Amino acid sequence: MISADIAIILGLVTPLVVALLTPVLGMRPDLRDLLGPVGGVISFYAAMRVALAVMNGVTPEWFILSISEGLDFSFKVTPLGAIFGLVASGLWIMAAIYSVGYMRGNKEASQTRFNAFYAVAVHAALAIAWSGNLLMLFIFYEVLTFSTYPLVIHKQTTEALRAGRLYMGILVGTSLMLLLPGVIWVWVSTGSLDFVPGGILSGKIDPAYVPWMLALFAFGIGKSALMPIHRWLPAAMVAPTPVSALLHAVAVVKAGVFTMLMVVVYVFGYDFLAITGGSVWLIWLASFTIIASSVIAIKKDDIKARLAYSTISQLSYIVLGAALASEMAIKGAALHIVMHASAKITLFFCAGAIYVSAHLNKVSQLNGLGYRMPVVFIAFFLASLSIIGIPPLGGSWSKFLLMAGAAQNGMIMIIVVLAVSSLMNVWYLLEPVIRGFYLPEKEPVKVERHLLVVIPPLLTALLCIILFFAPWPFLSLINLMVMS
Amino acid sequence: MINWMLHLPGIIVVVPLLLAIIVALLPARMGWAGAVLGSGLSFCAAIVLTSHMLEIDALNRLSYFLGGWPPPWGIEFAVDHATSLVILAVTGLGFITTISSNTLIYNDIHHDDKGRFYASWLLVLGGLLGLIMTADAFNLFVFFEISSLASVTLVAMGCGRDKRALVAAFNYLVIGAIGATFYVIGVGFCYATTGTLNMIDMATRLPLAVNQIPVYVGLGFMVTGIMVKAAVFPVHFWLPPSYGFAPMAVTSLLAAIATKASLYVLIRVLMTVFGGFPDMPVMIMQWVLMPLALMAILLGTILAIYEKDAKIMLAHSSVAQIGYIVLGFGVATIAGVQAGFIHIANHAMIKGGMFIGLGGMAMAIVGKTGISDLSGLGRKMPLTSSGFLICGLSLIGVPLTAGFISKFYLVSAIISAGYWQIAALVLFSSALSVIYLWRLVETLWFSPIIETETRLPEQPMIYLPLWVLAIANIWFGIDAGLITGLAKMASVSLFGGGL
Repeated sequence: MISADIAIILGLVTPLVVALLTPVLGMRPDLRDLLGPVGGVISFYAAMRVALAVMNGVTPEWFILSISEGLDFSFKVTPLGAIFGLVASGLWIMAAIYSVGYMRGNKEASQTRFNAFYAVAVHAALAIAWSGNLLMLFIFYEVLTFSTYPLVIHKQTTEALRAGRLYMGILVGTSLMLLLPGVIWVWVSTGSLDFVPGGILSGKIDPAYVPWMLALFAFGIGKSALMPIHRWLPAAMVAPTPVSALLHAVAVVKAGVFTMLMVVVYVFGYDFLAITGGSVWLIWLASFTIIASSVIAIKKDDIKARLAYSTISQLSYIVLGAALASEMAIKGAALHIVMHASAKITLFFCAGAIYVSAHLNKVSQLNGLGYRMPVVFIAFFLASLSIIGIPPLGGSWSKFLLMAGAAQNGMIMIIVVLAVSSLMNVWYLLEPVIRGFYLPEKEPVKVERHLLVVIPPLLTALLCIILFFAPWPFLSLINLMVMS
Repeated sequence: MINWMLHLPGIIVVVPLLLAIIVALLPARMGWAGAVLGSGLSFCAAIVLTSHMLEIDALNRLSYFLGGWPPPWGIEFAVDHATSLVILAVTGLGFITTISSNTLIYNDIHHDDKGRFYASWLLVLGGLLGLIMTADAFNLFVFFEISSLASVTLVAMGCGRDKRALVAAFNYLVIGAIGATFYVIGVGFCYATTGTLNMIDMATRLPLAVNQIPVYVGLGFMVTGIMVKAAVFPVHFWLPPSYGFAPMAVTSLLAAIATKASLYVLIRVLMTVFGGFPDMPVMIMQWVLMPLALMAILLGTILAIYEKDAKIMLAHSSVAQIGYIVLGFGVATIAGVQAGFIHIANHAMIKGGMFIGLGGMAMAIVGKTGISDLSGLGRKMPLTSSGFLICGLSLIGVPLTAGFISKFYLVSAIISAGYWQIAALVLFSSALSVIYLWRLVETLWFSPIIETETRLPEQPMIYLPLWVLAIANIWFGIDAGLITGLAKMASVSLFGGGL
């Protein structure tokens, strides 16, 4: 048993070691591809140690150096950070296994470069989760953007390069022009960037400025894909599916909403936000994003594009929870990070599995395919139910908490928005399943067998069920977050 | 027993100047060794000097009387924290660019010309160091001339590859001479009023002459002259062509250190010489320097985006980066001047590294620097291009690089002084700079490789110094305490009247 402080180092260094060893073992693909899953297991173990320590009321820390007076380069785990660390490292194991099957099955080029940057991205996500202050969070937020760029343009086609430009343009542009001044504004007005329970801004800033400052964060954190800065996410779907699965359903986008939650809980303080009413505008913008992107998702025939718009909609659930700024809503938002991550990664795994095995990527082509690939379609079905929020799947908890939070604020309209969004989820997520099982096959498709892309979605789908019956580790962390 | 410590300010300047003469007399093949020796010794001396300065507090200084003659008769070299920070950056970058220069001039300078080349090279270095060190207003003019005449010679040596270097050098000569003349006219006015040329003397006497018109005229002439030398918008137009057509090694030297020295002189004259003068310097900083800096930032960035030649593109970006430094000064608070000094040091590392890296890649394609010529070179020359990329990321201010520290301090200073709109403009243009860097990234790594017959392998004498700078960029992006601390002391000492 290692101490929690050592576990932080272990968890952060492991993905970096994987990234460095990958090119070294580039000539031996079997060993190289083993690195990812092994690294995932080690990081996940470290994340569990860290989370356990946090549950026991300890704050694991790793102080490296002082950048200059008042600004530390250090890691310090908050309850919310422990949750995100568990999600990112745990799902990395699955994604690493899946990615071997996908990349080999698809005979993709430059797998070494792919694996190396994949591990760097995971490192950045863990560093974001455990960052000790807002500046560290910002630093690794940018590292995550830059390390995922080579993954997005992996195919190096003109289309991929154009998508890469949009990706960098929006993510780097918003973070440099809005998020950075937001961070500096906090720094200038409080003289501190530490995460303090209850926030550091209360009393330090004129309440009239709160909506503006919140806007800098809400639009500066492009990774949370709030409309109208969501365009990068569908564009990033040009990347190979393992990237879409882990990064654009879990690590990158969750880093965005995680940052948003951290800012609301530990910088503004949700009580302060609620009293000043500075986040009311964000409630409506998030609601609009939820409905609008669901409408777009219904119209998309490309599976990955449909899932991308579904992700945009689901991310806004979390932003909505943060903006509601009541205890229940914040809890729901934090829990939704976990629930949505496990369900959405399953959906992407399935989409990729269908592409590798049957070379299909349109919803309308899926007729009758369910009987040819039953495991994949059942996994897809379970994950869809979780996103819709039907028991006994994990997603029902977070949706329940969010609705309760809206009720706590007395905002009946928001409950309506969430209900309508669930109905639309049914429409666009269950269509592929229904086509797969109930409509006759149009023309026979040759289905290849790739075991490594079928097992991970099955496991993550089971995880969705487990999370319904055993959400307590996450709930106890979340309770710590709102209590402290 | 000589106390070397006392003579350090003199040694730093005299060693390169002395070696310049020796190198000119020795056989051509000894040129590089002499230059490495000269810049290396200066660098070591600067390290000792800085570590000494770190131990004394911000309002103290070191004085050195040339020839033992005390001012106001003799010439004084004076070192405070601002001086030592800039000296450290200039000698450090001078040393590193000197190391890579011998390989970088492969396509540009004939072997027999190396003696002359390195003699001029050392004169530039010595001249710039003297410029920073001297506390005598007229002596400063002399060092201005030494460094700029020698730089003109170096720029003109680019004519072997492209004859336009001669025109660029001629323009540089004429405009540089005008700048120096403006400066010396200004000194004349101030001398007429105060009767002294020593900056510290002048600073104590100028406040007595508050209502005298010649002092204002003198200040105007001096500031304008220095702005020409420092390539502050709108008198920056000599810079892109002369950087663009000079031999790559010369560009790396000039871009890293030449304008930095002049920028230092600018803030020195405004805050030390005119430090006791009520209102005027702060007014110039806020109402002249700040708007010009903003124009420089926007214009330089936009021109860089549309430029087709990588070398000139980086030169345009230099104009913008000078703008960031001047903007920091223009805020005219302790934090603002600190940010300016931080960026002086960081930008030296950034641009020095970028030009060395670009030079290394251009060598492989016979000195061509068009962006389309560089297609696919990143994959062919991984060591050189990745070092170049790190410096480039630092240029746009990506976290974990020195450039980010610069930007963080600059924007903090601007916001805490209450200039919201200016902060927005700075951040907007720094986001624009991503565009021109990204054009290079796509060309270098994701475009097809052009096969040519003469492709040189990667040169260790280029990628090793480059990687030293790349690692320095990362190091000072994480452990920024040395630079931010020195810059803080520099700023405090300038606000305390300096020197």
